Amino acid sequence: MKITSIMPLCLGMVLFSATAQAAPAIYPVDTARFLGGAKFDFKVEFDRELKEADANVRINGRSVADVFGAKPEFIKNEEGKGSAILLRNVTLKPGKYTVSAKDGKEEALAKWDVYGTPEKASAKNVILLIADGLSMGHRTGARLLSKGVTNGMYNGYLSMDTLPYTGMLGTCSVDSIAADSANTASAYMTGHKSSVNAIGVYADRTKDPFDDPRQETIAEILRRKTNKSIGIVSDAEIEDATPAAVVSHTRKRSEKAAIVGMFAGIRPEVLIGGGSAYFLPRTVPGSKRKDEKDYVEDFRKAGYSLATTRTELLKVMEKTPDRLLGLFHTGNLDGALDRKQLKKGTVSKFPDQPDLTDSMDAALKVLSKNPNGFFLMLEAGLVDKYTHPLDWERAIYDTIMFDKVVAKAQAFCDANPDTLLIVTGDHTHALSIIGTVDDNLPGELMRDKVGIYAAAGYPNYKDADGDGYPDDVNVSRRLAAFIGNYPDHYETYRPKIDGPFVPAVKDENGHYIANAAYKDIPGAQFVPGNLPRTESTGVHSIDDLVVGARGPNADQIHGFMNSTEIFRIMAEAMALGK
Amino acid sequence: MKTWLTLLLCLLLGVQSAWAAAENRLNFDELYSGGGALGLRFSDKVRSFEGSRVTIRGFMAPPLKADADFFVLTREPVALCPFCSSDSDWPDNILVVYLSEKQRFVQNNAVIEVEGELEVGSWTDEHTGFVSQMRLRNATFHTL
Repeated sequence: MKITSIMPLCLGMVLFSATAQAAPAIYPVDTARFLGGAKFDFKVEFDRELKEADANVRINGRSVADVFGAKPEFIKNEEGKGSAILLRNVTLKPGKYTVSAKDGKEEALAKWDVYGTPEKASAKNVILLIADGLSMGHRTGARLLSKGVTNGMYNGYLSMDTLPYTGMLGTCSVDSIAADSANTASAYMTGHKSSVNAIGVYADRTKDPFDDPRQETIAEILRRKTNKSIGIVSDAEIEDATPAAVVSHTRKRSEKAAIVGMFAGIRPEVLIGGGSAYFLPRTVPGSKRKDEKDYVEDFRKAGYSLATTRTELLKVMEKTPDRLLGLFHTGNLDGALDRKQLKKGTVSKFPDQPDLTDSMDAALKVLSKNPNGFFLMLEAGLVDKYTHPLDWERAIYDTIMFDKVVAKAQAFCDANPDTLLIVTGDHTHALSIIGTVDDNLPGELMRDKVGIYAAAGYPNYKDADGDGYPDDVNVSRRLAAFIGNYPDHYETYRPKIDGPFVPAVKDENGHYIANAAYKDIPGAQFVPGNLPRTESTGVHSIDDLVVGARGPNADQIHGFMNSTEIFRIMAEAMALGK
Repeated sequence: MKTWLTLLLCLLLGVQSAWAAAENRLNFDELYSGGGALGLRFSDKVRSFEGSRVTIRGFMAPPLKADADFFVLTREPVALCPFCSSDSDWPDNILVVYLSEKQRFVQNNAVIEVEGELEVGSWTDEHTGFVSQMRLRNATFHTL
């Protein structure tokens, strides 16, 4: 069946968004549900050149100028693609809105649901903890490795297991049912859905990655309306999508040098992560900037205390600073397995990196100095970074580390009950644990040593030092876990103790082929990919996310919700619509 | 006999030192000596080889653009994934290799050996905007 013949059917079922219909395109998009009083850019794109008088746009039957109190700019022809109207930095009062855009031939409609918040905040502080890519397999794996099981009963729960309110989140995007960490984080930070690779904007048709229609981020709203402090922590590059989304607006998440400038615009009281390469002028070895700007110096001048190693961080925290910049790596930090046990990855070059729990301690101390409260977003970014290349052992060690951060947040909530804590991921991966791999099972091939059902028994990890991590990841009876989508690769059925897994490398045709470095590992088995050959690693799944919460307004987390509801629940708790 | 042996020894040593001079070997662990989040430091060995022809082994990463006249040499095979990293997210210990003659990229999936003139310091490729800290000019490579 041709697409055109099924279109009317699907439209009737409201399966297609406004952007999938014929032009004009309206931003914010149809189905948008957002915060009254929060700023956004209003744009309508027509697919042909119009006279200004023929661009007929009404909101609840009124003119745009009447509704927003300002006349929109008419763009006669936008990059040869047609006319547009644009009005930046507008707000709306709570209510239901219907936008109609007519060009004389076609009409597009967009319905918006603009909500308000109570006058009085129920939470002084909000802590949002995100393990990037956190899926059910990560949680189960972390519980199995960290707590263990006796006769079918877990010996203990993860801290994230004990949050009183639990729900599921849907992470689809404006342009796709799939999502990446840019638009998923954008949904949390603005309350608007966006498109793959976009942060704090709706992806419009123009080439410029900085001119797309914007939505005010939670950090911008907090700066404009409150005196609260803002903290942003990650163990990935601080310019990576999730931390960037707290402050940024760009169609392209890869604009990392520009994103540093956006951090400087907001000046979060706490900014901790990797990615110093984008803070250093290009002449410094290790820099990834293309200009001479020195943002380390820029932040120093703005009164920030700087730490570049764990030792320095602990030293700086002896006298809690008002503003803290922690940059511990030129790129992403190393994960728990490499830092604590294997000493692989980049640990030899960066031997003194803090654990995410160190960064959490520092962030809470600095932010707690503000009597007006704070908003903290902390990301365990490497859970995703390791799951992409199918290196699930490293991802699960980092999930254990993330759970230790959750425990610290829960302790903070115990002492400060006026804190809303939300713990979740931002999208999922297709990671499943199915049993064990037992080196001592008979069998010629490694796949014959995969213990399933009764043969799985129990893994033999030990945690003699009681630090919550198995002392040895490479035990003789270990978890059997598989990721459901992958490029061509060699399955080795054991952890990659020589460094993070690189499953595939690119060939001269742009296709990813199995990395021969793993070919000769005893038992390695070639696995042909099930993704397009242009994919280098596993991809995100569209499966729902689990979200847990406690504290004021946490009771709104239940059942299934669109991911944008996280923004609404936080905004309500802090009364950001007042 | 003794004189003859001494002569042979001298000859051998001479040949060896000449060979060593022609073959300034570097490996990826010797590019930087320390540094940290505020910047890396070029190693003394890199400084001493600056301007000379050097030989180094590594993996050839796919070219940034089909018509780029350089490629990136890395310590480990690199898979660039758009959602775990952008194209600019190379490891920081890379070498940019400008070939003396254009050679078509071939994924050998194995270590290659590159020889070229070592250039050190920040430099922006005029065609691609790619910023590098260390380069090999007039380079050739072969598979092992």
